[in-house]
Amino acid sequence: MSGSLVFAWSGVLLFGLGLFGFIAHRHLLRRLLAFNIMGSGSFLVLVGLAQEGRGVDPVPHALVITGIVVAVASTALALVVFRRWYRASGRTDLPEDT
Amino acid sequence: MILRIVLAGLLCLGVTVALGWAVLERPMPVENLPERVASAMPESGVEHPITAVLLNFRSYDTLLEIAVLLVAVVVALALREAQPDQPEQMGLDNPLLRAVMAWLLPLILVVAGFLLWAGSYQPGGAFQAGSVLAAAGVLLRLAGVTTNWLDNALLMRAGLALGLLTFLGIGLLVMLPGVPFLTYPAAHAGTLILVIELTLTLSIGLTLLSLFRLTPPYADDPDDARPQEDRNL
Repeated sequence: MSGSLVFAWSGVLLFGLGLFGFIAHRHLLRRLLAFNIMGSGSFLVLVGLAQEGRGVDPVPHALVITGIVVAVASTALALVVFRRWYRASGRTDLPEDT
Repeated sequence: MILRIVLAGLLCLGVTVALGWAVLERPMPVENLPERVASAMPESGVEHPITAVLLNFRSYDTLLEIAVLLVAVVVALALREAQPDQPEQMGLDNPLLRAVMAWLLPLILVVAGFLLWAGSYQPGGAFQAGSVLAAAGVLLRLAGVTTNWLDNALLMRAGLALGLLTFLGIGLLVMLPGVPFLTYPAAHAGTLILVIELTLTLSIGLTLLSLFRLTPPYADDPDDARPQEDRNL
């Protein structure tokens, strides 16, 4: 088992944990955190698999750094939207669609 | 409720196992990307492969990423609460923090400049430098230093859009001799990339900082949800 596979599997594990949190929790902040964990997992897969076989591949690394900045900005935007939602409705979760 | 958790757990376990299997059984990439990047390095204008990929070979990605950042901050500006953002509202009136900031701020600025410059030959670049700049701004806010100069609506918006506009402008300018969008001439690539990175650093720093400033700590009661006097930002 190579080192890159350890990173990739850790990323897959993080993704699964995040997915579980995203489904199991209803509170919007918890969901946002879970979503970020999923994102970190996929970044870890990209970076881990980028350095096997033919040496370090800079293309996935560049994609990941782009992704990290976008993830930070979208998290901040989600927080602004959640606050607005809480102020407007007084709820910390979204209504069930039945 | 229990059933829901169990079902979700089973589903996620299945997804995780399937993904782990997929990682194990993945096909080897056909294209040898590291070699292609290495062979194109001399005409990229920088010496570090990741910076070359970010700002030359795949600069479309970076351009769109800056556009995403700008859209995020524009939406956040549109959704912001009409509320005064005063230094005392940050709630951290800590003299120690202020004293430490006086020592740290020059260091932080030097580190940001170094990261920006280092990007051409080692890990570093506009994103890292922009994040460090934003962190300096956040620390200043927490220390209660007034950042009213950020309230100048025109300057603020110009700063937020500067990175994207410069990037677009340079991308269009190089089209004049008849080459495709964002194809820098090899002779000037280094200078152009440095100019783009410099403006990107400022815009990224400002974007992250203003996303932070848009949600000052505030009584978040839903009952209190009536607009106060409007404010220019």
